[in-house]
Parts: sequence; structure tokens; C-alpha cells
Amino acid sequence: MSNRYQSWGRYPKAEQQAYRLNWRDDALPDGALGDGSFLPFGNGRSYGDVCLNDGGKLVDCRGLNRFIEFDEETGILRAEAGVLLSEIHALTVERGWFLPVTPGTQFATLGGAIANDVHGKNHHRAGTFGRHVRCFELLRSDGTRLACSPEENDGYFRATIAGLGMTGVITWAEIALQRIGSAYIDQETIRFANLDEFFSLARESDGDYEHTVAWVDCLPHGDMLGRGLFTRGNHADAGGADAPGAPSRRLRFPIDPPFTLVNRLTLKLFNDLYYRRQRAERVRSVEHYARFFYPLDSILSWNRIYGSRGFLQYQCAIPVARMEDGIREILSRIAKSGMGSFLAVLKVFGDQPSPGLLSFPMPGATLALDFPNRGSKTFKLLDELDEVTRETGGRLYPSKDARMHARDFQAAYPSWQAMADFIDPGVSSSFWRRVTGATE
Amino acid sequence: MKILIIGATSAIAAATARLFADAGHALFLAARDSDKLEATADDLRVRGAAQVETATLDVLDFDRHEPVLRAAIDALDGLDLVLLAHGTLPDQAACERSFDETRRELEINALSSISLLTFVANHFQAKGAGQIAVITSVAGDRGRQSNYVYGAAKGALSIFLQGLRNRLYKSGVHVLTIKPGFVDTPMTANFDKGPLWASPEQVAEGIVRALKKETDVTYLPWFWRYIMLLIRLIPERLFKRLSL
Repeated sequence: MSNRYQSWGRYPKAEQQAYRLNWRDDALPDGALGDGSFLPFGNGRSYGDVCLNDGGKLVDCRGLNRFIEFDEETGILRAEAGVLLSEIHALTVERGWFLPVTPGTQFATLGGAIANDVHGKNHHRAGTFGRHVRCFELLRSDGTRLACSPEENDGYFRATIAGLGMTGVITWAEIALQRIGSAYIDQETIRFANLDEFFSLARESDGDYEHTVAWVDCLPHGDMLGRGLFTRGNHADAGGADAPGAPSRRLRFPIDPPFTLVNRLTLKLFNDLYYRRQRAERVRSVEHYARFFYPLDSILSWNRIYGSRGFLQYQCAIPVARMEDGIREILSRIAKSGMGSFLAVLKVFGDQPSPGLLSFPMPGATLALDFPNRGSKTFKLLDELDEVTRETGGRLYPSKDARMHARDFQAAYPSWQAMADFIDPGVSSSFWRRVTGATE
Repeated sequence: MKILIIGATSAIAAATARLFADAGHALFLAARDSDKLEATADDLRVRGAAQVETATLDVLDFDRHEPVLRAAIDALDGLDLVLLAHGTLPDQAACERSFDETRRELEINALSSISLLTFVANHFQAKGAGQIAVITSVAGDRGRQSNYVYGAAKGALSIFLQGLRNRLYKSGVHVLTIKPGFVDTPMTANFDKGPLWASPEQVAEGIVRALKKETDVTYLPWFWRYIMLLIRLIPERLFKRLSL
């Protein structure tokens, strides 16, 4: 039973007893209460250990997958917390509404999107997911139910958004969707030769484009450091007649190799091909939203490519004053190591504050990339990257993390102590114990 | 279509109802727990059902079977399809200790359906049209020591449906017997799940497919037809020695 409950990075491994919560009016399962702690679990799309509770219990919330109310005039949606983002889009896109903020996968739950205060390609415009949450219900281990909004129980509201599940179970939530004219995105992809070009493209694009993101080749040094493809787009008023439809068939990565298939050779091959995939410097196209926002969702279980030891994602945010030299230094350390991964993602964040106490984004830039877990070699490199993140005043994203040091978490998230007033005494997680020194 | 679902808050029924709602059908839902019934109804309304009405019903309250059926016909202004999806998974050991327990399980899993079907069959026969879909189980294909009370109830129901199908064929009424294998639902929460397990959504898709094709008996997923074929082929003098 416990194998079903792992994080997306498949590292670390954890053993826990799971209990399902299937109805929003039900009490928490008896087994989850009593001795030991529990942690709410959605669809396991966070990467490291924020969704794990090794040696403890989980409350599986995927059964809370019902819609409650949807107003097609205003775009206000109320749904149970285990609903997947893909299920929301399946309901709302053809009615002209889209998630106001979406992460790179549609397979996260609504509750998970709140608890991790996810962000997306429109962060420079819309901020994080938590900014679009109107209210939710929090079910606590003592059986009380708190209605939380900016007006009511606002302390719990702010502690639960980006709260990593620590304040109790979100049973349902109400969010404000965004109007769209079609299921399509007008997209432009621009090749850039180095990091300076990336930052000037970001400056030039963020005013006119709602969605911006770049893929960076993490292998080349020197003049070509930080070369990549910059993608920017806006929701199209209508899909063209020749616009490609949604990816009709999903592939599944079929095998579970005992070792990682991502190595120096495959990495160089893939990154070179990917960088050169477009001949022209600029290519415009109309893309279905699923291709634009969720290219990796079309390959189910892609995380298996890193082998059974799993992988670690390093996602840092570097404050705006230091973002250019900070990102440069991190990328050059990665290039020198030759490790890194297929998909290094770079984006400039905006300055809209999140209501969440522990929200990750900050005005500046964020870089995210995966590393196959090669043991101490990998951990040593990540420690070296931490030196830069720490020195620039940046921070790491808990939802992607499996190894940040407690002192770095506590320095980068000074609000962590204020969480104590809101944390549910029946709840704990592997991550929280690791970064706060709390015991179960 | 105008559809009545009994046991509408069960995982398989709710997943099937979502497919009906996506297609814009009108639904009448009956189930025991009013909170769960309302949560299910809200979801189906949001998903696009043309109409969703509800009635609380404990299937052991036999006197209410006909009134609930009448209420559904009135509320939807007719009826095209009835899906019976209610049921419990008996505690076999408790049934062995107590006949009262066994009788109760037979009433829930066989007699209540037979009572409901008596009214439904007469209604559709008079109308000369309609579809009846009933969830039984692969457990009804052969008695096994681990769950023969459940198996006896579902087996009785399957044979009742065979006869009903035969009777109603000339009236143009379609009778579908649905035999799911292992399905990952709250009813089976305490089981360890292996590769043979299916999700309620997979089973729901199979039900909708079988209704469209007017299949007589459908095993869900399909491979259970062959598993059960093999199990039925084992000679009794050997079968009785097995720990199944």
C-alpha cells in the first residue's frame, strides 16, 4: 500500500500508512488520528518530501474530487480539494474559463496547488495561485472546521496558502478563474545565445506577454553560457482552423530502469538537438493550451527516466538585485559539473506578493532543473549551488526540495516561526521535521 | 436520456453518473446518506447534467421502493434507464456466525434489487422500451469459502437478470448484467491492491460502452470473463480443496 505514496522525484523513499478521506462532510478517518502524525496527500506531484510523512500516516484526499458550484458568468469555482487541475480545465475551458495560475503539470490537485502556492509562466502578471483563492475550509485534527478567507480566520488563510499541508486538511476551496477566448495560445519561440540575451528578452517581453518562460541548455560554458529558447505567449481570441488540437494520445514511459538514462552523452545529444530544433531565430505558432503549458504531461510517468534512485530538482529564486550575476554563477557551476538535466527552466518573477506566509516566489529570477540522484556527488554539487543562493539572499522552493539545510530554510523563510500558531498539532511531514528540527 | 440510479453515491455509480452528466442526461439519484447524496448531485449539476433530482432511500425499506420509482418518473417526466448500483461487502465470518447477518446481506444485495426490478420491469414492459443495468459481481459466478454469502446474493441476482432479460426481450427492453472484478473503491478500502484492480472510472466507461452496444453480460475489466471461465471450469471435487 505504501508504494503508491511517493513524491514525483521518487526520492526520498518513505513508508507511511494511508487513510482515505472520501467525503467533505466526513470526519477525519479514525486511523489517521491518535498516535503519531498525519499529513494530507493529494496526487503526489511535489518533488521531494513535502508530501511525505515517513514513519507516520497520510490522509489521501483524492476521493474529494467533486465540483460544488461553478458560476459561468463570474468564473468563480468552488470544488473539493482533491480535484485535479486537469479536471477543472476539462470542465471550464470550453465554457471560456482558465485557471488564473497553473504550474507545469495539470495533474496536481486543487488542494496541492494551494498548499504549495504554485506559480506559472504568468507569475510576472498574476503572481501565485494563492492570490486567486477566495476562501476554503480547513478540517483540523480536533474535528473543528474553519472557514478561511482574507476576511475570516485570515491567519489560517495565510498560513495554509504555501503551508505545505501543515495546518490541516483543505476540504474544499473557491477560486476565481480567468476569462479566455479560446483553448489556444499565440506563441512565439525565440532562440537566445546567452544569459544576457535572456534577460533582455525577459525585460522586453514581460509587458506585452502574459506567459513567458525559457528553456536553458545547462551544458555550454563561456560565451554560450545560458543559451536557450525563450517562449512567450498570450491566450488567443480563437483557435485558427489549422491549429493543432489537444495531444490526443498520452504516452507512458514504459519501463522502470534500475539506473538513470540521463547521463553526459544523452544529455548533450538531447540539449543540442533541442536547441537546434528550430532553424529560424523566431518561430510563431498557435498552440493548444495543453501543449503550451503541459508538454511533459503528454508522457506519463516521465519521472521513471531517472531510474529507481530517483532525482532531485533544484529550484531557486534569486532576488532582483542579484539575479543576473547569481543565475550566471549557478549556471556556470552546473556547466562545470556536467551533471544537470534535459530541462532547465528559467523565468523572471514579478513583484505581486502572495498572501502565503511561506510562499516561495520573490521579485527576481527563478531557475529550476533536475539532477539524477547519483548520491554524494549530486548532493555535493547542490551544496555548492546553495552557497550562491544563500549569498545572494535567494531561497529554494520547498515543493521541489528533498535536501535543503535547515539553517537555509529558516534564514530564507523568516515567517516559519509564525507558522507555529497555526500548525495542526496532529500534522507533520518529513520536510517539516527536516527543516525545523521538529520531532514527530 | 432520463436515468434513475439507486445507490448513486457508490464510487462506481458516481463515476458512471459523471459520464451521464457530461453527455447532458437528466438524473434521479437515490441513496441512503443525504449529505453524500447532495454532494454527488452538486457535482453532477456543475458537470452539465440536464437535471438532477434526489431522494434518500434505504434499500431495506422495501415499502419505499415503488414510491421512489414513481417519484423518479414524475420528476424526470419519464424514464429510459435504471442503474442499480447499491450494495455492501459482507463480513463473511460474521455471516457464518449469525443467520440474521446473512439474511440482512441477502436482503441488501439480492432481495432489494429483485423488489426494485419487479416494479421497473413492469413499467418498462408496459412502455415497450427501456434499459435496466444492474451491478452484480464476478463473485456470483462460483461460491468460494471467503465470500460465499456475497457470492450467493450476486449469483441469485445474476440468474434473476437472466430470466428478466429473456422475459423482456420481446418487449424491447434491454437488461445489462454488470460483473465487475476487483474495483478500488471505499467498499474495498481494506484490501491490498494488485495489478488486477481497476478504478471506478474504468468500470464506468465499460458500463456506458455496454449500454450503448446493448450487451447482455459485461465483465469489467474484460479479462475477468476469462478468469471466471477458468474458475468455473475447475471440477468441484478439486475446487473444494482449494483455499479461495
